[in-house]
Formats: sequence, C-alpha cells, structure tokens
Amino acid sequence: MKKTSADVLPAEGGLGDAPLLAVDNLHVEFHTRAGVVRAVNGVSYTVGPGETLAVLGESGSGKSVTAQAIMGILDMPPAVIPQGEIRFKGTDLLKLSEHDRTQVRGQRIAMIFQDALSALNPVFTVGWQISEMFRVHRGMSKSDAMKKAVELMDRVRIPAAKQRVHDYPHQFSGGMRQRIMIAMSIALDPEVLIADEPTTALDVTVQAQIMELLAELQRESQMGLILITHDLGVVADVADKIAVMYGGRIVENAPVYDIYRAPAHPYTKGLLDSIPRVDQKGHELYAIKGLPPNLLDLPTGCAFHPRCPFRQENCVTDAPPLYEISGTRGSACHYWREVLDGERR
Amino acid sequence: MGRYVIRRLIQAIPVLLGATLLIFCIVFALPGDPIASLFGDKRPDPAIAEVLREQYHLNDPLLLQYWYYISGVLFRGDFGVNFADVPVSQIMAGKFQITLNLALTALVMEAVIGVGLGLWAALRRGKATDTVILAATLLLISVPTLVTGFVLQLVLGVKLKQWTGADIFPVAGTFAGWRSYLLPGFVLAGVSIAYLTRLTRTSLAETLRSDYIRTATAKGLSRRRVVGRHALRNALIPLITFLGADLGQLMGGAVITETIFNLQGIGNQLFMSVYLREQPVVVGIITVLVLIYILANLVVDLLYAVLDPRIRYE
Amino acid sequence: MSNPTPPVGPGLPETQTMVSDTVPAPAPVREGKHAKKGGKPASLWTDAWYDLRRRPMFIISVVIVAVLLVMSIWPSLFSSIDPFNARSCDLATARQGPSAGHLFGRDNLGCDLYARTVYGARNSIVIGVLTTLFTTVVGGLLGIVAGYRGGVVDTVASRLTEVFFAIPSILGALLIAATFRGKANSILLVILALSVLGWPMVYRIMRAAVITAKGQDFVIAAKALGAGSGRIMFRHLLPNSVAPVIVVATINLGTFIAAEAALSFLGVGVQSPDISWGLMIADARNRFLEAPLPLVIPAVFLSITVLAFIMMGDAVRDALDPKLR
Repeated sequence: MKKTSADVLPAEGGLGDAPLLAVDNLHVEFHTRAGVVRAVNGVSYTVGPGETLAVLGESGSGKSVTAQAIMGILDMPPAVIPQGEIRFKGTDLLKLSEHDRTQVRGQRIAMIFQDALSALNPVFTVGWQISEMFRVHRGMSKSDAMKKAVELMDRVRIPAAKQRVHDYPHQFSGGMRQRIMIAMSIALDPEVLIADEPTTALDVTVQAQIMELLAELQRESQMGLILITHDLGVVADVADKIAVMYGGRIVENAPVYDIYRAPAHPYTKGLLDSIPRVDQKGHELYAIKGLPPNLLDLPTGCAFHPRCPFRQENCVTDAPPLYEISGTRGSACHYWREVLDGERR
Repeated sequence: MGRYVIRRLIQAIPVLLGATLLIFCIVFALPGDPIASLFGDKRPDPAIAEVLREQYHLNDPLLLQYWYYISGVLFRGDFGVNFADVPVSQIMAGKFQITLNLALTALVMEAVIGVGLGLWAALRRGKATDTVILAATLLLISVPTLVTGFVLQLVLGVKLKQWTGADIFPVAGTFAGWRSYLLPGFVLAGVSIAYLTRLTRTSLAETLRSDYIRTATAKGLSRRRVVGRHALRNALIPLITFLGADLGQLMGGAVITETIFNLQGIGNQLFMSVYLREQPVVVGIITVLVLIYILANLVVDLLYAVLDPRIRYE
Repeated sequence: MSNPTPPVGPGLPETQTMVSDTVPAPAPVREGKHAKKGGKPASLWTDAWYDLRRRPMFIISVVIVAVLLVMSIWPSLFSSIDPFNARSCDLATARQGPSAGHLFGRDNLGCDLYARTVYGARNSIVIGVLTTLFTTVVGGLLGIVAGYRGGVVDTVASRLTEVFFAIPSILGALLIAATFRGKANSILLVILALSVLGWPMVYRIMRAAVITAKGQDFVIAAKALGAGSGRIMFRHLLPNSVAPVIVVATINLGTFIAAEAALSFLGVGVQSPDISWGLMIADARNRFLEAPLPLVIPAVFLSITVLAFIMMGDAVRDALDPKLR
C-alpha cells in the first residue's frame, strides 16, 4: 500500500503542544560559481492554525527562499541547507524522505505564487490543472475531479465556472488567474498556505479583492497563512503578526499592531517612514539610504549598519542577536530602545 | 483555421513562383542546345529541329516559357515531358518514392534518437552523461555526411557482414526492402539527430526552469509526473516544429547519401538530368521540393496551434 | 521556448531549423563581470574573451585552425613532396601502404597521400573563408538595413530570403555549379554556388538582432540626438547585433568546407588537377574496400577542420550567451 501523508505525519487536527509550523534557525546557502550566497541565515518563525504571519522584506532578503525551503521546492544543488529545522506539527520536514515530502507538499502545505500567468501551465486547461490535485492525490475519476474543480472555482468566485474550467490560463484576467492559483492551492484543504507576493502583479483594486478572498478562506478553514510581501500596506489589515527580514535574517518580529505603532528596528522604521501618507502631503518622501546588501559578501556585524541612521561603532563588529523586547516581540538591533523612542542621532 | 490555411497558401504563392523562376532561369542558362543533344552525333534536320523548338516553346521569351510551364504545374498538375516525350511526373514518381522512404526513415530515427538523447542529457544536466552526449552531438554535426556515409558503410555494412555472415545493413540499392534504408537513413539523419538532441536538451532544460514547473512540484506531484506531463508537453512544441520543417531539408539534402549508397532517388535523378540537360526534369524536381517545403511549414504552423493553446489563428 | 511567438507575419514561418539552437538570442547588453567601465559592447566582448581563454575547447580549436592556416599558406613546410609535380607519382606504386617517406602511403594513382592531403587544405580554407566573407557581408548588410528600415525594404528583402530558403541548398548549389561548369574558375564557381544559397541565414540572424537592438534605449537616444541613419546603423546597431552573426559565421565556415567537399565529391566542385579533399574522397571511393586509407585520410582531415570551426563557434556562442550553458 502506498504511504499517505497520514502515515508520515500526525493526523490533521491532533496538534498537541507543537506549533502548526515552526521554522527553527534555518540556514540556506546557494553554491554558485561566484561564491557562496548566504540567502537565509538563521531564520525562525512559527505560525499557528488560523493565524496569519506576514513576512516582510525587500527582494533578496531571503523571505521567498525561506518559503521555498518550507515547500521543499528549492533546487538542490545549488541550494544547500546546512542547518536548521522546519517542523510541521513537530515533524522535521527536512529529515523526511523525498517520497514522504511529496505527500506533505500541496496536500498539507500549499503555496501560491506571485505571477499566476507564468505559474500556471500554459498548455493545460485550468480545470485540468485544478482537478489534477484530486486525480493524483485522491485517485478520483476525471469527471468527479472536474466537478470538484468547478466547485473550487465557484468557491473562489470565478464567474461561470462551469464553462470556464475548459479555458486556458491566458484566457483569464490577472485577478482571475490568481483566483485559479488559490483554488488549486486550497483544493486539498491544506493546513498551511504560503502566499508568495500574491498580489504584487495585480492592480490595486484587484489586490484588495484577492487579500479579502484569502482572509475569508482562512477564516473558513482555520489554516495557517504565511503571507510574503514587500508591501507594508498589504499586510496591515490581514496579518496577525509580522516578521521583518533583512539580509537573510529576521530583524524584527512582533504583533502587527505593535509594529505599526512603534517599530523597534531601524529598518522597519525606515520601511514605515517610506510609505506615502495623505496627511503628510507636500513633505519629501523618506527613502532608506543605500542599497540592499550583497548576499555574496554580507557586511560585518549588523548587516543593516551601512544604511542605518542609528549606527554606533559596535554595530560594525558585533552582530546583534534577536533581543527579546516582550513575550511576543523581538528586535535584532543593539539600540532597539532608542529606535522605539524614535531618537535618531 | 480554414481561413488561416487559405491565407497562408496565398502567401506561399510568391515564394513558389520566385523559387521556381529562379531555378528556371538557372536551368535554362544550361549550356548547349537540348534539341541538338537529342540527336546525338547526327546533325538534326533544321526543319524538324524548328518544329521541336516550337513544340517546346524554346523560341519564346524566357518569361513566357516559364508561364507555360508553371501554369501547367499549378493548374493541371502537368510537369511537362522530357525531350524523349516521357512525362516528367512519371520520371519523378519512382525517384521521389525512394527519397521519401529515405527521408522518412531518417525522420523517425531523428525523432527517436534525437529526442531520447536530448531528454536524457537534459535530465542529467551538468553530469557526465550530459557532457558525453553533448560531445557526441558536436562530433555528429562536424563530421560531414560524406565521411559518416563511407565509414558506416564500411564498418556496419561490409565488415559486420564479414564478421557475422548476415547482411544486416545492406550497403547499396533497395533490394532488401525497408532494411535497405536503415543505414543510409541513419547517415542522412546524422546532423539532424545532433541538432535535435541539442534542441531537446535546451528546450527541456528551459522548460524545467519555468515557474509552472515549480508550481507543479509545489502541488506535490512526483518528479516523474512533473517532467513527463507538465514539462514534456511544453518542451515538445519546438521539437515538433523542428521535425516538421526538417522533412523538406532531408529530402533536399539526400543527394550525397543517395550517391554513397547507390539509391536511385531524386538527388541522383537531378544530378543526371543536369548532365543530360533535361531542363523540365530539373525544374520539376525542384518545384516539387519547394512545394514540400511550403506544405511542411504550413503543417508545422498548424501543429503549433494544436500544441500551444495560446496561439490562435484568426 | 517558453514564449513562442505566434507566426503572425505574412509568408512562410521562421522555420525552426538549426538556428534556434546554434544561435544565441540577439546579444543582450549586459554588464560585464570583468570589464572596467567601458562601453556596452566592449564589456560584452571583454567578458566573452575572459571566458574564452579558459575554455579548452576554444584553445584546441584555435590551435587546429592556426595549423590549418599555416598549412594552406605554406604547404611546403609540412611536406617535402610537391604533389603537383607529376614525377612525384608512380602508378606502379598505387595504393601502397605507409612506408618511410610516405606517411600515409600512396593513392590510386601512386601519388603521395600525405602531400596531397596537406596541399588540399588550401582550397578548403580559401573556399570556406571567402564564402563566409561573402555571405556575411551580403546577408549582414541586407539584414541590418532591413531590420533598421523596416517597411517595404524589410518586406521585399524578407520575401526574397524566403525564396532562397525554399530551395534545397545542396541541390541548388549543385545546380548552379553544374550549370556553369567550365565557364569559370572551378573554385570561384564553388564559392558563388555556396554564397548564393548561404546568405539568407546570415540575413535572418542579423535582422532579428538589429530589430532587438533597435528598441533599446541607447539607439533611441542616439536617434533623439539627431544621429543619421548610417551612423545609427554602423556605430550603434552593428556593434550590438554582431555577436550572433559572428557565431553563425564561424559555424558556417565549417559547414561551407563540408559543402565544398560534397560538391567536389559529386564532380561539380573543385576540378582536377586542383586538389580538394572531396575530390580525393571521390577518387578513392571505387577502391575503398581494398584500400581504405586514400579515402580515410582526407576524410579525417576534413572532419577535423569542420570540427575545429564548429567547436570554435560553439565556444564563442557559449561565452557570449551564458544563459545557454
């Protein structure tokens, strides 16, 4: 008998003390010709059922790589995971065999991608692609699986789903394509959904609709949602907590309200200050100085120090640990108190 | 789709006319008087020669002669007769059969070996297998048909027969039925196999890097299914178009192979007809090859539409 | 291939012949890893050169090509026997195996095989180089003008190439060479026959590269600054689109040499008493089974020569377009 995901992992629901998903001190490196790219350097975060964690950071901060490591879709090589754990309900996914890992992927932990046009296979109908989940993982017949696909497309509110299952991805609008991506990812009721910049490629109005849909689906199914984005505006309404990444590390994590009220890391503060605000019309827009760090050659000490307005001498030499500010909050800045108080030197 | 086909056929007309006119001009620049050569060493009776000239429109301007010819081909399927009054279509039929058999054998080998090796290399990208296959394609591309033909004829044809006593790969003529085409087919396919291998390798490797393959993996599909269903279907598109377009190339390029293996195909016929100054046969052969080229390309385009739903012909 | 262009334009499609795999996409203007500040094309070339010097395939092919060049200019450096001197042949010794002073033995007419093979290099190289030169200049010029001007010029030129593409190249060359046989120097005739059918491929590649380059900002900027057409074409477009053409020209050089051998083999190429590897193969074929060397030796030289050029082209392409690795 073929092993199913139930044999490998605790049954759905039975959670015990372990968090739904815990990333623990994860490191990911890419071994390239030009050298070793340290993309993720000791990232830890958790997400619980029904909880939304927003992972925030610019491109190259390691947020997507972390997500791909959770999914197990990194190309290895060149990617290497020298240390760290990714525990799903207490089981370290990195220690599973490739076969067992395949049972988790898509069924227990699913992912949606930024650009649905390129993420959907151009030569198969959307119905075929959604129903494939049921055919392959649930052994359903073609027609039953197709019925389920129509149901799912209805559920993500694609009009005339019954007719449109036979259409190809390029025949849909951007927002509709992302809905199809979402329908495909929630097909087998995963417990964790990772959304990698799900709205970046979309118009602003459509963005809001997609975020609303995700939030609604999450309420219905109590799945844990990891929302990866570089857009602070997107996360404010939906996230429960935020992890801010920089140079492959988490530099600040906190409940969403705390961060917006008073950031405890200069980078977060910079991000918040650079959001255009209606009440400050006429003021010059703030921008963080300098460039994102070179992952081939990370700055010594705190990776943010070359761009930091709070920099002191020890920032150049001593890498700050993630200081615990409160039970739910941490900041990887030696001077988080000053940042919290808003004193810029 | 129907309208597209008609439009494409109309657009192909200038190409057909241009190519045949070009050949027509070259061929009728052939030195010597065909009527005189008809009579061999004897001097033709001027009156008879004149009648023949009139009959074959040899006194008309070249463009008018061309019009007589091409209108016959296009409207009546009539390729004319040679100077011994044998219909050109009759001369060509048997020769085209042989060349077509040869080209189809080559095409099948190309598809099986080329795609097979290409997929193997792509899935072992950067490993020893990949390097060996790539080196082999380089060799296959570089060694001229002239050389592979003789070498394989010697090694697989003659020597193998001496060692085993069995005539596995006949080396000349078409007496052994389809087996006669195996060795020449492979020789003819050689360069194409190498190109198709490389194309397959790049195409699959490129497809494997695309976002939808990542999605397929994230769906929890097995590697086998990801490659076999999701990647292959996309990677095959350029390969099929290559194969379609290659049929014409193989038929037109068979002359060396035909000469080495003594196959009486169109390449050989063309060669002979050039020497015999049989202009109608020469033009006829090229015209048919141009038509094959045009039709093959049309089929390729239509296949594209079938294989890639993003392409619509309106 | 992830992004196949629908065959929209009128006429025949861009057939997916070897071009798709042998030719890099029109050279992207990219920042060089190893270049200093330099102009855009300079960094591409510096980068490629840096890369090439580290490729054994490239080094080997350059060495082979260099040896062949020397051999075709001063064949007497390699062989003390002059094969054009009738007294160097002796029918009585026909097909003798290798012996002292006759490295590869003798051919069907009792001539020294090694000397003839060495002297045969010249025609191959001359025909290959000149044909490449003609096709590249003609195809390249037409391609750059058609790609830059577009419109009617482009339509006419493109339809014209389709006509040439529709004619099977070996048969077409055979026809031309046979038709005019005896009317001109046989070597010039081979060059002509191969050039007539060879230029359209260069045209297509150049045109595609120019169309890509045309849309780039620096060309638009040059235009905005009032540069003339000629200046834009030759100072801006040419250096930025020449990379794929060079790759194809190098590879073509190899294939032209092979084509010359094929034509000579068929009896419509280089004519005796001139020496050509294709001709030597043709002469040796009737006695091939009893005396393979007279066929094998020129065949090996021919293969190595073609291989060297194709390898060189491959290496240059890989260096110019790292994506294809």
